[in-house]
Amino acid sequence: MPHDHHAPPRPDNDEPLTYWQSMEIAVRELLIEKGVTDATEIAQAIDAMDARSPADGAKVVARAWSDPAFKASLLKDASAACHGMGFDIGPMHLIAVENRPGLHNVVVCTLCSCYPRYLIGPPPDWYKSRAYRSRTVREPRKVLAEFGVTLPEATEIRVHDSTADMRYIVLPERPAGTDDLTEEALAALVTRDSMIGTGLPRQPE
Amino acid sequence: MTDFAPGDPVRVRDWHPPGHVRTPAYLRGRRGEVERRLGPFGNPEQLAYGLPADTQPLYRVRFTMAEIWGDRAEAPADTLEAEIYAHWLEPA
Repeated sequence: MPHDHHAPPRPDNDEPLTYWQSMEIAVRELLIEKGVTDATEIAQAIDAMDARSPADGAKVVARAWSDPAFKASLLKDASAACHGMGFDIGPMHLIAVENRPGLHNVVVCTLCSCYPRYLIGPPPDWYKSRAYRSRTVREPRKVLAEFGVTLPEATEIRVHDSTADMRYIVLPERPAGTDDLTEEALAALVTRDSMIGTGLPRQPE
Repeated sequence: MTDFAPGDPVRVRDWHPPGHVRTPAYLRGRRGEVERRLGPFGNPEQLAYGLPADTQPLYRVRFTMAEIWGDRAEAPADTLEAEIYAHWLEPA
């Protein structure tokens, strides 16, 4: 069909506002009316949050792969280690969990969608889906296989449910054959999913 | 309230209070082991309602999938860690 490209990208949202949408608008308008903030400041804050990406997290991982002392400090106190690299990670308390031979970590938030967005950007849509949230604690191996990650039976899978005040980043294993790579080249191998645990780093070319 | 140290066996209270809680239902009544202490945090059961909140020690607790899911576990020796506030834990 020649006109396939006219398929609507998503349904129009003509339905009435939900309770929380009305509340958000009411609170926002009050804050603006009372001079606490203004529309420009709100737009800038949204823009700054949208501009965050997995790039900062990838730099942290690449540094940990290259510098054993940094890796030790990252595993001890990930918030402090990220601050030390100059990253503004907001109010987040971060824990880094390390993959090693025989252990693979994966992160989920069953209760909502807690995610280290200050360091690796907004979460992918699937991370917030009920399917990912409920299945990852129940059948993580099946979920990982659907992401293309099939691990040996002998490898322990450790699921991290971000139930409260901590946020998690997975420190994946450094791919083989990368001894000669610079930190910058290593960072290019680190994917978003490898820091969630649903993926593995890219292999060097 | 008992103060737990890493390695201590604990049980999540099998408790079903109404309202906002951050202890997942699938872990209630399950036994695990304290992985590390995370320090004091405001109690979300009060914070969620804008009430003055007490602080609770928060722990990361490690469970086996066998303990959580019993015979239905996908791989019994796989593990799961979650953050649990002190008032939800009892010695096991």
